[in-house]
Parts: sequence; structure tokens; C-alpha cells
Amino acid sequence: MKEKLEAIRNEAIEKIQSVDEIKKLQKLKVTYLGKKGSITSVLRGMGKLTKEERPVIGKLANKVQETIAQSIQEKQAIIEQKAMDKQLQEEAIDVTLPGRPIQVGGSHLLTNIVHEIEDLFIGMGFEVKEGPQVETDYYNFEALNLPKNHPARDMQDSFYITNELLLRTHTSPVQARTMRSYKGEKPVKMICPGVVYRRDSDDATHSHQFNQIEGLYVDKDVRMSDLKGMLNIFAKKMFGEDREIRLRPSFFPFTEPSVEMDISCKVCSGKGCSVCKKTGWIEILGGGMVHPHVLEMAGYEPNVYTGFAFGMGTDRIAMLKYGVNDIRQFYMNDKRFITQYHQA
Amino acid sequence: MLVSLNWLKKYVDIDGIDPEELAEKITKSGIEVDGIEYIGESDLNVVVGHVETCEKHPNADKLNVCMVDVGESESLQIVCGAPNVKQGQKVAVAKPGAVLPGNFKIKKAKLRGVESNGMICSLQELGIDEKYIPSQFAEGIYVFPEDVEVGVQVEELLNLNDVILEFDLTPNRSDALSMLGVAYEVAAILDKPLQLPEVRISEIEEEAKEHISVQVDATDLCPYYGAFIIKDVEIKSAPLWMQNYLLAAGVRPINNVVDITNYVLLEYGQPLHAFDYDRLQSEKIVVRRAHTDEKMTTLDDVERNLSEDNLVITNGVNPVALAGVMGGKNTEVHHATKNILLEAAFFDPTTVRKTVKETGLRSEASTRYEKGVDPNRVKEAGLRACQLLEKYANGKVLKGLVEHDKLDRSEKMVSIHTDEINKRLGTSISIDEIGDILRKLQFEYTQNDLQFDVRIPTRRGDITIFEDMLEEVARIYGYDHLPFTLPKHFSQVGRLTPKQQLTRKINAFLQGAGMMEARTYSLTNKSLVGQFISPEIHEHNPQAISVLSPMTEDHQYLRLSLLPELLQSLSYNQARNQHHLALYEVGNIFLSNETKLTKQPQEKTRISGTLTGEWVTHEWQQETKQVDFYVVKGILEGLFAFLNIRVEYKASALAQMHPGRCASIYLNGKPIGFLGQIHPLVQKEMDLKETYVFDIDFEELVQQYEHQTTYKTIPKYPSIQRDVAFIMDEDLLAGDIQQLIEEVGTSLVKEVHVFDVYAGEHLPDGKKSVAFNLVYQDPDKTLKDKEVDESFQEIVEAVNEQFKTYIRS
Ligand SMILES: [Zn+2]
Repeated sequence: MKEKLEAIRNEAIEKIQSVDEIKKLQKLKVTYLGKKGSITSVLRGMGKLTKEERPVIGKLANKVQETIAQSIQEKQAIIEQKAMDKQLQEEAIDVTLPGRPIQVGGSHLLTNIVHEIEDLFIGMGFEVKEGPQVETDYYNFEALNLPKNHPARDMQDSFYITNELLLRTHTSPVQARTMRSYKGEKPVKMICPGVVYRRDSDDATHSHQFNQIEGLYVDKDVRMSDLKGMLNIFAKKMFGEDREIRLRPSFFPFTEPSVEMDISCKVCSGKGCSVCKKTGWIEILGGGMVHPHVLEMAGYEPNVYTGFAFGMGTDRIAMLKYGVNDIRQFYMNDKRFITQYHQA
Repeated sequence: MLVSLNWLKKYVDIDGIDPEELAEKITKSGIEVDGIEYIGESDLNVVVGHVETCEKHPNADKLNVCMVDVGESESLQIVCGAPNVKQGQKVAVAKPGAVLPGNFKIKKAKLRGVESNGMICSLQELGIDEKYIPSQFAEGIYVFPEDVEVGVQVEELLNLNDVILEFDLTPNRSDALSMLGVAYEVAAILDKPLQLPEVRISEIEEEAKEHISVQVDATDLCPYYGAFIIKDVEIKSAPLWMQNYLLAAGVRPINNVVDITNYVLLEYGQPLHAFDYDRLQSEKIVVRRAHTDEKMTTLDDVERNLSEDNLVITNGVNPVALAGVMGGKNTEVHHATKNILLEAAFFDPTTVRKTVKETGLRSEASTRYEKGVDPNRVKEAGLRACQLLEKYANGKVLKGLVEHDKLDRSEKMVSIHTDEINKRLGTSISIDEIGDILRKLQFEYTQNDLQFDVRIPTRRGDITIFEDMLEEVARIYGYDHLPFTLPKHFSQVGRLTPKQQLTRKINAFLQGAGMMEARTYSLTNKSLVGQFISPEIHEHNPQAISVLSPMTEDHQYLRLSLLPELLQSLSYNQARNQHHLALYEVGNIFLSNETKLTKQPQEKTRISGTLTGEWVTHEWQQETKQVDFYVVKGILEGLFAFLNIRVEYKASALAQMHPGRCASIYLNGKPIGFLGQIHPLVQKEMDLKETYVFDIDFEELVQQYEHQTTYKTIPKYPSIQRDVAFIMDEDLLAGDIQQLIEEVGTSLVKEVHVFDVYAGEHLPDGKKSVAFNLVYQDPDKTLKDKEVDESFQEIVEAVNEQFKTYIRS
């Protein structure tokens, strides 16, 4: 009987080895291990065995059964693996073909600049304020120490709509409006980005419509050195830690003392080149200490409060930062231009 | 302002500082130097020669053979091709060995067989820029005045070694519109002493008042008028050095009298005017406002029509000058002028400015009057001119000028306190340093402990308050020396307002949906301004607002919609072969129903988009999707879902839009915008292909935005779905049926959407099938089929009844 079982085992293993389909394997399983299978039929003859032989043969039969079952299982895994391999091979595609494109949108370069500057100043405690683009002569000029007939009004030839209304020539009226709304009672710390208009002929460096960002900080004990410190942070974050700043005296009717800020030229590192007109410096923004008349008109007591203000052309900053050489590009919306700056 | 450094050297010692360094120092102290120009080369080895003989070249018609004395033992024989060379002239001679600009080496040579030992030069050949060359020498060689010495180097004579600094002056620094003003500034910056011109005249006994009287009727516009009489002047060229300085300053020399007035104008910043006394035809000067419609012909030969806003100088009857702006033709100094009336006056800046604006006659003189001249230099400048007229025009100055004098020459006092200065600047400048700064500026002061009471000279009319002095101290101290500090107080936390944050999110959404942000102009043209106006804007009858003086017709009217200019951007791209575009803009429109504005228009922010061409193109999989109505609507539906806003769409016929492919968007029963295809005729007109647009009230979106603050529990119980396809007339709107389904199914139907639309085979003509998917859900329990069946049946019946539809089986 022992020989019989061993013969079954050997035969079964041999057959299992040669099978290569799941169905045939299932059949073998039934043939050897099923209720009517070979092993069962051998075991039916157990009764003829001696008491001593029975456990020995029983053990052997179990062992044979296990061996066959394991062999079938192993074979099954191999067959399945092969089938899977085959399927995967058939399903293989050319991964180098192009994908299905999605429409990629993006924000305007000027918006990116505005957000960058907004975030920078928000980090230093500034609010973001907005105001109307059609302004009164009062807020655009008079409240900023530019009374009617002031010679400096020539500096900004403006689009008037009536004698009293015009397209704002700078975002400064937002400063005047904000100060006025705070009634001289609390500090003002704000920036105001926005569209402004001047009577310029459009060319590579001029546009009748462009954008500004201005900042204003009015509080007790505001010093000119604070302006310098803050602008220095701004310049380094915006244009690179290796850039130097330089302040020069200048003139604006709404600030006194007034400054213009240059940053060292990135192209030549300050040695002088055509970009910086051989000076090593590039003009970035204007600013100064808020003129006492402006504070007074907005309801702030100039002996108690002092402040600084600064302003820059967003378009110009964008042109400098990204090397754009024609301001009109910002308003033509040429696809070949606007798609260049998705990630800017 | 063009500043000649050779001229400046007369007043302040700038030797040993190269022009670049000086320019840098001036710029850093407050006056921007915009350019540095070298007039010529300073080491040419060219000398003055005297043309002794000049004869035709034997072998060449256009050449002359000259013998030229250059102050050496032997004269040089030079062949010269200039048409204007003549015997007796004093000329510039480049001797053999000289090297002219452009590395042009002068050698001995033979020209058509005749020996030539050098070259007689034109100013161009000496390297002088066209603009510095007097017109009579534009062609041919330069001829010196007779009195120059033979053999001397020409560099200095011709001011070739001069360097010009170009100042870009801010409006407050009109003090630097004069060489003396510049000298004060440079002396302060370099801490050097100042050498002012010495004015001395030797008047003759005859008195001016015997020949002239001065009467000022408009005292408010002319607080000072001084009239000098100079007799027997000899009109000729001004001395070479003076002509050189004028040229360097960008003023063309004319004759000695005019040149002297211009020279003093540049030196003192005080305009002067010389009248031909004999042509005045009266012995009086009357300064008054012009009469309405009074006429006068100015020096430029133009007849001017005057008004009471203009100030005129008259001879008692007729105007002889437009005060501070331009002289009259009838009293102009000319070659035969003998006697001169010299005017030195102070005119009201605003009046001059107005007249300049009206006439467009901006000049060196009017520019200075417009900014206000120094009251303490008016008379002094007149005296300076008299001195020069004596010397260079052989004029005899009559004793005692005749003047009207109501001029305020007082100096302002401004007090500065050392502590306050340091507090405002963030510095620790010492008392001594402040005193030193005031000394450099040549401001007189009295010091009382930490306080300085500063007497502001009238030449610095821009300084009136403490803050002005603060700037003076700071700029001479040096902005570079200010420390970097941060504000002492922590005043507030900065952050975007919820509205600003939402604005950024909306932008990000649209960009994520595949749209490019654009920027267009707010000013548009007359034909575009009335187009694509959204229904809710249109119903308020907005008037197009025009600016008074547009730069071009294309940018004249404030926009009432963002779409016209956005569509222009599409055309611009189409013309450049960019056919697939999805642009949007967030920007303001300007609304008013006044025909003439009396108050600010209402500014409303809109969000508008234009889409055209292919939306998705995947070539090798042959998948192409053109932009259509539903692409645009899908983006908007996404946006509204993102904002938790429920809107309705109603078919609308709007101007410029395709009547069958346009919907108005309603929020809470009110229109807030529209979307659709633009009318094929408009497309054609604008050179566009099939184009879709949308335009929505941005502020309404922001206001209606429902910020979901609390978490909604995900439903625990399963949902049940039912599909139904209704056969209906082709012109029925799916949206109307959907609305009814939602109404009838109100408590149980959570979601309805169209999943199929079909017309054609198997359906009768004029019919279509629209299939809806309904999702039933009860948040509190598991729905029973029976409940759903009942509701579904109710819905189907209601739809069939109201819309005469039937179910497709
Ligand atoms: Zn550079």
C-alpha cells in the first residue's frame, strides 16, 4: 500500500508538472484529491491493514495528499503568473506618446507682481486698500499738496472728464481717502495697488494706462531711517538679497524730504552697463516723509504723527524683473507673451 | 539745464575732480545728472593760423593753395578744399603730426602735384557735435574773430575741452536754473569757497530818467520793473568765450546785445529783455493787463490775440512785449540799433505760465519766470548786463535806472532743532555737524543751544517750512549715511480682507479651468463703447463717459463692458495666427446716467471672458473639441458651484449676440450677466472666428458667496436613482423641465441632471428626447422603493401634463 501511495504521488507530481492550463490542473486536483480521487480509493483499503500499519499508512497518505495539493497550488500560481504576464504584455502602450492636453490658464504678469508685493508688505503689517479710478481733483491733487495752478501739476498731464473729475494719475488718492477715513485717530499702514492714467503717447516705455503700487505708514515716531530700512527689505526680497539700494534726494509735492530709490544693476553688478545707462544703478521708486500739509488735510496732527510714503510703477517693476522691453505687451494679450509667465 | 564745467570753474574750484565723480556727487545730493557730454578732445595740437595768401590750385578748380602763418619762422603751404577759405582769415590749422578725432593723422602730402603741409579744419573735423556749431560754419572751415592771436592752441578758444553736465531738475529746484545757483550747490557739496562775479559799472552823467518813465498798472502781476538806458551800443559778435558758453548751454549766439542778455539769464537765472530804444517811439513804459482782443506781433512774426489774462509791456499805447514770454517785433534789437532800453523785471509766475500755455511760447526766459525768479537778483542781473554791454558793446550806461519797486525781498526764517532733526531722520547728527551743513549751504543762522534759527536766502524759494530744512540737512549730510531701521511701533497685523482673498480664489479657479488672465485698456473708442452691455447694466441707461482731451480716438470713452477690448485682443491674436484662446479679465466699468458728470461715476467690477478655437486637441487620438456654448457654461457652472451660488439661465436676445445662443444669468431673480456666442455679423466685423463670451457682475458674486463654515455630514443612507426620457417638442427648454422636476420632487429628489439629448431617427419630426437622471435621498432613513416610485410617477405625470411630453419606452 505504501508503494501504491508513493506511485500515485510520483505520477501526480509528474502530471502536474506537465500541465499548463488552469482547467487541466483543476481536473488533476479532482483526479487525485477529489472525493472519488485516487488517494481516497487507496485509503478505502485501509481496513485490510494491521493495527500497527494503519497509523503509518494514514500518515503517509496525508503527507502524499499535502504534497500533491501543494504542488497543484504552486503550479496554479505559476500558470496565473504567466497569464498575468501575458495580459500585461498585451496591454503595454507607447508611454512616449503625448498625453491628452488640458487647457492651462494662468495669471497676468502684472497680477503676479502685485501679489508678490502685496504678500511682502502684508508680512510687514500692511493692509491692502483700493479706491476709485475716476477721482475728484481734490483727492487726486489738492489733498496731496498740489493746489490748482501748482507748477508740479505739469508733471502729470491728466485725462480730465470735467473740471473736477479726472482719471486718477496715481494711486495716492487712495492714501488720502484712507487717512481721511481713519480720522486722524489711529495709525495707517497700507499699500494700494491699482490702475492709473496719464496723457502719454503709447510707445515701448510709455502707456496712457499703467499700474502703480503705493505704500503709506503714518504713526507716532516714524523716522526717515524706517523708510530706508523698509525699502531695503523690499528691494532685497523683490530683486535678490545681493542687491544694494541707494536713496537720492528728490521732489514730490506730497513728501518732504523726498527720495528716489535706486537698486544696484543686476546685469553689471554696479559696474555700469547699457541697461543702467552706465551708472550702475536702476531707478525703482519714489517716496519720502509725508508732507505736513498732507497729514493736516487728512486730519492728522503733524506734530504728533509722522509718516512715510512710497510709490512705484508696477509695469516698470515687472519689466525690470522679467526683462520685458515693451510696456504695451501687458495690454495686447498676445498669447505668445502671456503664456510665457504662467509660473512667474 | 546744461551746465558747462568750464563756465562753472569761474565761480567754484572743481579742479581735480573728474566730471563723472562730480556728476555722481551732485546726483546723490539731490539734482539728478542725466548725462555727461564731452564737447571735443582737449589735446589736438591744432593752432590758430593766419591765411596770408590764397590762390587757385593750378590743377584743380575746387582747391586753393594757401600760405598760412602759424606763428613759426616759416609759413606753411596748405592745400585747402573749403569753399569759404579766404586771404586774411584766422583759421584752425592742424600741423603735420597732429591727430584729429577718429585717429586722423595729419601728414605732409602732395595734392594734385602741390605740396600741402597740414590742414585747415572745420569744426566737425575738430570733433565738435553739430549742435554746438554756429550755423554760418555748418559748411566749410571755421573762421576765428580777427583779434585772436596767431599760433595759440585752439582747444581753449573753441571750448573743446569743456564737459557739459545735463541736469534733470525737479520743479522745486529752480535755483539751479542759473550758473550761480549751480555754483552754490556745488560749493556746498564739495565744501569749496564761492567766487561771485564782481559787478562794477561806470555810468555816464546823463540820467536815464530824462529818457524814460516807468508806470506799472498791474502791480500785482509785476511788483518790480527796472529800466536801464544804454547809449551808443555797437552791434557785433559777442566775444568768443561768451559765444562758447552760450553754445554749451544750448543757446545759439546772435549778436553781442542779445547774447549778453542770454548770458546773464543763464548766469543769474534772471531773464532780461533789450528793446531798441529808438523804435519804442515813446519815452515811457507802461506795464498793464492786455485789453480783450488786443493784438501784437511777437518776435517770431506771429500776430497774437491777447486777453486780460496776459500781461503786456507797452510804450504807453501799444504792446511792445508779452511780459516774460516774448518781445515784440516792432522794438527788436537789430544790426543798426544804437540805443537800448534794458528791462529787468519780476513777473507773476502764474500769469507767465498761463500765457505760455496759451501761446505755446516756452523759452529759457519764460521757464524761469514760471518758476519764480530770485527777488534779490533782478536788479543785480540788470547791472551785470550793463557791465557787459559797456565792455563788449561799447555802450554808455546812463546814470540811475528807472524803476517801479514793490518787490518783497524779505528772507524767511526757519527754525530747526537738533533733537527734532535726529528724531525725524533716525540719526544722531551733532550740533557742530548741523552748523557745518548750514555753513556749506551759505545759510545764515543764529544758534541757541540745540536750536538754529536759519535765514533762508531768497534764491532758495523752495524752502519755507521745517521739513524743507530737514531735507537740506539730510541731503548734505548724505542719504547714504542714514541708518537702516524698522518702525518702533507694532501697529497692526496685515492681511487680505475676505473679499480680497476671494478675489484671488476666483482668479485661481478660472486659471485652473484653463483661462488666461488678460489686461485691457479702460478707454475705448466711440463705436465699441456701446457694445456688449449686460442686461442689468443696460436697463440703467448708462451714458458713455468721454475724457476731455483724449490722446487718440481709440482711447476716448470709459468702458461700459470689458468685452469689446477683450475681443480686440482676440483679433490681435488671430492676426498673428493664434487661433485658440481663452482670455478673461477682472476690471472696472464706469457707470453714470448723467450726460454731463456732476459726480464720480459708479465703478463696478466685472469678470468677463472671451473664448474661441479649439478647447481640447489630442491629435493622435483624433480627439478635438471646439469651444462651444457648453464649454463656457461649464466653466461658469463650476465657478458658481465653487462659490456655492445658485443661478438660473434664461435664453435671451441681446445686442451683438447670437439670438439663439445666448443666455442671461439670474441670481435671486435679478440678472447679473450673460454668456453666449457673439453674433456672426459682429464676428465678421471684428475679423473673428466663432467666439463665445461671458460677462458677470463680479461684486455680486463676491457678495453672494456663501462661505461654508460648518461641515455637512455625509449621508448615511443609500440613494436611489431613476432615469426618465421625455419626448418633447424641439423648442422646449430642458431647464424648464428640470425646474418642474425639482419643484415636484422637492423633499426627496436631491439632484437632477440631463444625461442624454437626442433627435433624429426613431423620433417624429420636430421632436427630441431629453433624458434626466434623478437621485433620491432621505437623510434620515433608507428610502423604500415604493416611496420613490410614487414620487417618480408624480413627477412624470406633472411634466407630461405641463409640457405635453411623453415617455420614451
Ligand atoms: Zn548695469
